[in-house]
Amino acid sequence: MCYTLTNDLEKLGLLARAIRQSVVRSLAEAGSGHLGGSLGSADIFTTLYFSVIRHTPDEPLWPGRDRFILSIGHIAPVLYATLAEAGYFRKEELLSLRKLGSRLQGHPGRDHQLPGLELSAGSLGQGLSVSVGMALALKMDRLDNRVYCLCGDGELQEGSVWEAAMSAAHHKLNNLTVIIDRNSLQIDGSTEKVMALEPLKKKWEAFGWQALECDGHDFRSLLPAFNKARMELLHPSVIIAKTVMGKGIASIEGDYRWHGKAPTKEQAVAFLRELEGGIQNIEH
Amino acid sequence: MLTHFINRGNKSTKLGFGEGLLEAAILNERVVAIGADITASVGVDLFASRFPERFISLGIAEQNCVGVAAGLALSGKIPVFATYGVFSALRTTDQIRVSLCYNRLHAVIGGAHAGVSVGPDGATHQALEDIAVMRVMPNMTVLSPCDATQARLATMAAIQQCRGPVYIRFGREAMPDFTSVEMGFQIGLAQLVHEGSDIAIIATGHMIWEALQAAYELEKEGIHARVLNIHTIKPLDETAVVIAAKECGVLVTAEEHQVAGGLGSAVSEVISKQYPVPIEFIGMNDRFGESGTPHELMQKFGLTSGDIIKGCRKALGKKK
Ligand SMILES: [Mg+2]
Repeated sequence: MCYTLTNDLEKLGLLARAIRQSVVRSLAEAGSGHLGGSLGSADIFTTLYFSVIRHTPDEPLWPGRDRFILSIGHIAPVLYATLAEAGYFRKEELLSLRKLGSRLQGHPGRDHQLPGLELSAGSLGQGLSVSVGMALALKMDRLDNRVYCLCGDGELQEGSVWEAAMSAAHHKLNNLTVIIDRNSLQIDGSTEKVMALEPLKKKWEAFGWQALECDGHDFRSLLPAFNKARMELLHPSVIIAKTVMGKGIASIEGDYRWHGKAPTKEQAVAFLRELEGGIQNIEH
Repeated sequence: MLTHFINRGNKSTKLGFGEGLLEAAILNERVVAIGADITASVGVDLFASRFPERFISLGIAEQNCVGVAAGLALSGKIPVFATYGVFSALRTTDQIRVSLCYNRLHAVIGGAHAGVSVGPDGATHQALEDIAVMRVMPNMTVLSPCDATQARLATMAAIQQCRGPVYIRFGREAMPDFTSVEMGFQIGLAQLVHEGSDIAIIATGHMIWEALQAAYELEKEGIHARVLNIHTIKPLDETAVVIAAKECGVLVTAEEHQVAGGLGSAVSEVISKQYPVPIEFIGMNDRFGESGTPHELMQKFGLTSGDIIKGCRKALGKKK
């Protein structure tokens, strides 16, 4: 049976918070990893896994499932936290992140048999091509499953992304939706300084895509974008979701230095308290 | 002595690949092919005209082609993607490593224009490093058939029998077609194509024909050379290689590829550990090819039967 999806904004907010907390806990325990993008895309993941994607956590390989491809493997912590939140595995396992023998590899690896994981990925610029292949196969088989692919904005500097973009439009893959985590940051700083991406929407439109923009932290903005993508009949859709790296922790929001950093255990205590609204004890 | 092989007529291994793909596709509807513009030049046109609905044109964008192949494989298809080996194996190395090999996906990557026998197109289009790069990839199978008949069988095996990624290399030039379907083709099993125990010539691809001619010549002098056809570079038939080392006591490898990282290296890795014997290498020695006719180039770079005979004499001189 398909997982029950929700449009309840309050519920989604609570789920997003729980996912952020899991991200902070697992990264603090791992001692390394990418906090900024994981927190910044938590609302996108929440929308995808609890409002948009048809999936069955107790039957991860259900053929009727929509496919979610994480192209930016480095934000694996938020994918893992989301999968655990959805019930693919127990949340305790999140604390094994990046450790020897863990199913939760630093970048996702299918060899390690984590349920719900569709693709081993980590080398930027490949996920969209894989998604195109999936969308093509589904069309060939006349199936209506949809393919969702999350890309980073810095990742769009990889030329192969645009090869894939061209091919998706050429083959009219309206069953494909790409979400871009548009936090305007990458490891060296502002994307516009490292290698400018703007005008980004126009680029995608010129490549033959339906390009939508939304607030990547507002479910009321995210949900209609996904609906609009689903309704499109001729073109693949891209949702450029404006986000803030590190969202949810005021002291690190928008700070590119948190792209590839994990919090110390002391920092994690403070971060968790902040996420909880300072009310509850964050011990687990 | 086994069969004395006769050339039934020249035919390119690329055609054998195209025929094998078509035949496998007739048998299995999950087979799909990806085109990167030069479909006729790599033998995929046969498939494309017969199965247009299973042919996916992606243009001159090889990195995307490999990623798309991964997505197709993850969705129940058996994708076959072929273009010149310099592009299908080398431009796309990272995509092959992560999207295909790390994910253990069954996709067949065809590398055309292997070796200097490509001829006048010159160095940029002559794949001489593809075996080396493909064979270091975990989970990868690497095939290098010796003629058109074997290329057809190898392609069918790659599509029907493999479970993970496969790289299969083939040439452009029409070359002697001399093996038979009856010889069969089993991935990972070297073929003894000439018996002998004075020396063993371990070769792959087009060099099998040259090795056979060398063996026939040496035979006249009373030197009995064993010739092993290594159509599967990976997994290498270590048993056949070690037995050859034990029974012949000296080896010559021959390939239309860089010796470094290629068949010569692969054989050395095995015998240096399991049964060290003197060895000579016939192949490209750390340099690029150039323009010329295939024949001129094979001569210039020392890749003819005459060069193999020279190599054998040198090796025999070192035999204990
Ligand atoms: Mg970014």
